[in-house]
Amino acid sequence: MATGTAVSLKHFNASTHYAMNYDLNTVWFILVGVLFTGYAMLDGFDLGIGALHLFTRDDIERRILMNAIGPVWDGNEVWLVTGGGALFAAFPDVYATVFSGFYLAFILLLFALIFRAVAIEFRSKQPMRWWRQMWDIGFSAGSLVSALLIGVAMGNIAWGVPIDAKGEFAGTFLGLLRPFPLLLGVATVALFMMHGAIYGLMKTEGALHDKLRGWAMNSIIFFVICAAITTMATLLYVPHMAARVRENPWLFSLALANMLAIANIPREFYHGRDWRAFLSSCATMLTLMALFGIDQYPNLVFSQPDPRNSLTIYNAASSQKTLGIMLAIAGIGVPVVIAYTISIYWIFRGKVKMDRMSY
Amino acid sequence: MDVLTLSRIQFGLTIGFHYLYPPLSIGLGVMLVIMEALWLKTQNPVYHQMARFWTKVFALTFALGVATGIVMEFEFGTNWAAYSRFVGDVFGSALAAEGIFAFFLESGFLAVLLFGWDKVSRKLHFFSTCMVCLGAHFSAVWITVANSWMQTPAGYHIVTRDGVPRAEIADFWAMVFSPSSMDRLFHTLCGAWQAGAFLVVSVSAWYLLKNKFNDFARASLRVGLTVGLIASLLQLVSGDSSAREVANYQPAKLAAFEGLYQTTSNAPLTLVGYVDETDQKVVGLQWPGLLSWLVNFDTHTTVTGLDAIPPQDRPPVEASFLFFHGMVGIGFAMIAIAALGFFYFRHGSLHERRWLLWILVFSVLGPEIANQLGWFAAEVGRQPWIVWHELRTPDGLSAVVKANVVLASLILFTVLYFLLFAVFIYLLNDKIQRGPDEQDLIPSGKLALPTKSK
Repeated sequence: MATGTAVSLKHFNASTHYAMNYDLNTVWFILVGVLFTGYAMLDGFDLGIGALHLFTRDDIERRILMNAIGPVWDGNEVWLVTGGGALFAAFPDVYATVFSGFYLAFILLLFALIFRAVAIEFRSKQPMRWWRQMWDIGFSAGSLVSALLIGVAMGNIAWGVPIDAKGEFAGTFLGLLRPFPLLLGVATVALFMMHGAIYGLMKTEGALHDKLRGWAMNSIIFFVICAAITTMATLLYVPHMAARVRENPWLFSLALANMLAIANIPREFYHGRDWRAFLSSCATMLTLMALFGIDQYPNLVFSQPDPRNSLTIYNAASSQKTLGIMLAIAGIGVPVVIAYTISIYWIFRGKVKMDRMSY
Repeated sequence: MDVLTLSRIQFGLTIGFHYLYPPLSIGLGVMLVIMEALWLKTQNPVYHQMARFWTKVFALTFALGVATGIVMEFEFGTNWAAYSRFVGDVFGSALAAEGIFAFFLESGFLAVLLFGWDKVSRKLHFFSTCMVCLGAHFSAVWITVANSWMQTPAGYHIVTRDGVPRAEIADFWAMVFSPSSMDRLFHTLCGAWQAGAFLVVSVSAWYLLKNKFNDFARASLRVGLTVGLIASLLQLVSGDSSAREVANYQPAKLAAFEGLYQTTSNAPLTLVGYVDETDQKVVGLQWPGLLSWLVNFDTHTTVTGLDAIPPQDRPPVEASFLFFHGMVGIGFAMIAIAALGFFYFRHGSLHERRWLLWILVFSVLGPEIANQLGWFAAEVGRQPWIVWHELRTPDGLSAVVKANVVLASLILFTVLYFLLFAVFIYLLNDKIQRGPDEQDLIPSGKLALPTKSK
C-alpha cells in the first residue's frame, strides 16, 4: 500500500501543473463512485425484483411485479451506461484493462442484461404459457446473473487482480472466480433481493403485499448473514481494504453508520414503514460504497501480487483538461437529470394499477 | 481466423444489428411528436389513436435499441482496449456526454410517454414525447461526433506517457465540430427520419391494400409520406455535402467509393457498375466529369485517385464502392417512391394503384438497408485506419484477448441476435396485424378532460 501511494504521488506531481488546491482526479473518483452507487440503489431493486420473480407462480402477480419496475428500470440502467462512459472518459486505462481483462465475464453480463431487458418488453405481449414461461426465466436468470457478476467484479477489484508492468490484466477468467469474489457476488444478490423486495412492498397491496413481506423477511436474514460473513472475510483475508479506516479511526463512524443502517432495515420493516425501510436499504448501499471507495483510494484497480502495478486515479487518468471539461458537462447535466428523475418517480408513485398499456 | 478478423466481424455484426433500431426510434420519435401535436391542435381522435398505436411500435424498437446498445459501449473496452487507451481522453468525453444528455432524457421521459397516458395532462404528455424525441436526437449527436472525430480528427494533440502515445483534447469545440461531424450528423438524422417515416408509410399502405383501418391508414400516410418526402429530399442535399467533405478530408475514401485509380481532372461518376480490382478499373456506365463537378462545381477539378495513396494506406476498394453505390442508389429510389406516393395521395387515387401500394409496403426496407450500407461504407472506407492517419485498426486491439475467446462470444452474439430478430419481427407483425385499438378513439382518464385553453 505504501509503495502504491508513492508511485501514484510521482504521477500526481508530474501531471498537476494546472491547480494544486483542488484535485480533479479525486473529484472524478468520487463522481464515478456516485454513478455506480446510484446504479446500485436504483437498478439494484430492478435486479432484485427480477431475482425474486419466479417465487410467485401467479401470472397476475408476476405482471404486477414487472410493472412495479416497468416505467423506471430502463432509466435506472442508464446509470450503469453513464458510469461506464464516465470511467472510459476519466480513467481510460482502467476501462481498457478491466473490460479486456474480464472479457468473458463482461460478455456474460451483457447477455444477462440483454435478456433482462427484452424479457420485460416481450413477456406479456403474447398469452401462450410457454412464451411467458420462457421470458420469465430469461428475466429472472438475467437479473440474478447480472447481480452476481457485478458483485464478483467488485470482489475482484477489492481483492486485487494481477496486473503486469504495462498495466494489462495478467490473470485468467477462472482466476476471477476465487472464493472471496464469489462471496461478494452472493452478498450482492442478497442485497439486491432485499432491496427489490422492499421496493416491491411500496408498490403492492393485498395478498401480494403479504407474500412480499415473507420474501422481504427472508432476504433481510439472507443479507445480514452475507454481510456478516463478508465483513469477517474482508478483515481476515483482505486487510488492505480496511487499512485506511484502521489508520484514521474517525472513519470508523462510517462503518458504524453502515451497521446502524443495516440494523434499521428490520426495525422499519417490522413496523410496516416500507418507505423508510427502503431508505435504510439505500443508506446501507451508500455507506458500503463509501467504505469501499475510501479503502480503495487512490487505487482503482489494486494489483496483486505486485501493488506497484496498481492502476490509480493518477496513472490511469485522462488529461486535466478532459477531466475539467467533463466536470462542466456533469455540472450542467446531472442536476437536470436528478430533477426530472425525481419528477418521473413522483408521477409513478403509489401502488401499481394495471391498465392496457401495462407489460 | 485471427483475433483481428474475428473482432472486426463481431463489431460489424453487433453495430449493424444495433443500428437497425435507433434510426427507427429517432424517426418514429419525430412521427409521434407530429401526431400528438396534430391531436392537440385538431382534437381529432384519429390522431390520438395513431399516437397510441405508434407509441407501442416505438416501445418495441426502443427496447431492442437499448438492449443491443449497451453491448457497443462495452465492446470498445473488451475488444479494442488499445484503441480505448488511445482515444479515451477525446472519445470518452463524447460518450459520457451522450449518457448524461441523451440516454437519461430519453429513458426518463419514455416512462411518461408509454405509461403516463392516463396519469398526466395532455400537455405534459406531449412535452414528454418531445423530450423522448429530443433525447433520441441527442444520442445521435454525440455518437456521430465521436465517430466523426475518428474520420476527421481535430482539436487534439498527441501526448506520450510512459512511451505510449495517446490523443488528448486540445480544444473541445474543435473536437465536437470536427470537419465532418455536422455533415455526417445531418446525414445520419435524415436517414433516421426516412426510416421512421417509411415504417409508418409501409404499415399504412398494407392496411389500405387489405382495406382495413382505412381512416387510420390515410391519416398515417399523410404524415408519413410528407415527412418521408421531405427527409428524402434533404438527404440528397446532405449526401452531396457529405461527399464533398469526404473529397476534401479523406481523399482515399472518396477514391475507393468511386473506384478511381488514377488522379485526374474531368473525373467520371459511375452510375451503375462494379470495380475490377485486378485490372484497377471500373466496369459500368459512367458520366464523365460529373465527379469533378460535384467536388468543386468545375469539371476541371483534379480528383485524387488511389495511385496517390500508398498501397498500405488504401481502403478495400470493391467493398467500399458497392456499399457506397448501393446507398446512393437506394437514396434516389426513395425520392422517386416518396414523390410518387405523395403525388397520388394528394390526387386522391393512391388506394386505386395497388402496384404503388405494394412498393410502399416494402419501402421501409430502403432506408434500413441504405442506413446499413452507408455505415459500412463510412467505416470500411476509413480502413486501414481506426483513427484517420493516427492509429491503424490492428493496433487498436486488446492485447490480452485471444482469438478463441472472441470466436466464442461471436458465436453467442450471432445466435442471440438471430433469436432477437425473429422475436422482433414476430411481435411487430403481430402488432401490425392486430392494428390500432378502437378504444383509442375515445380518450380516457385525464386525457378525456378538455385542455385548459378550450
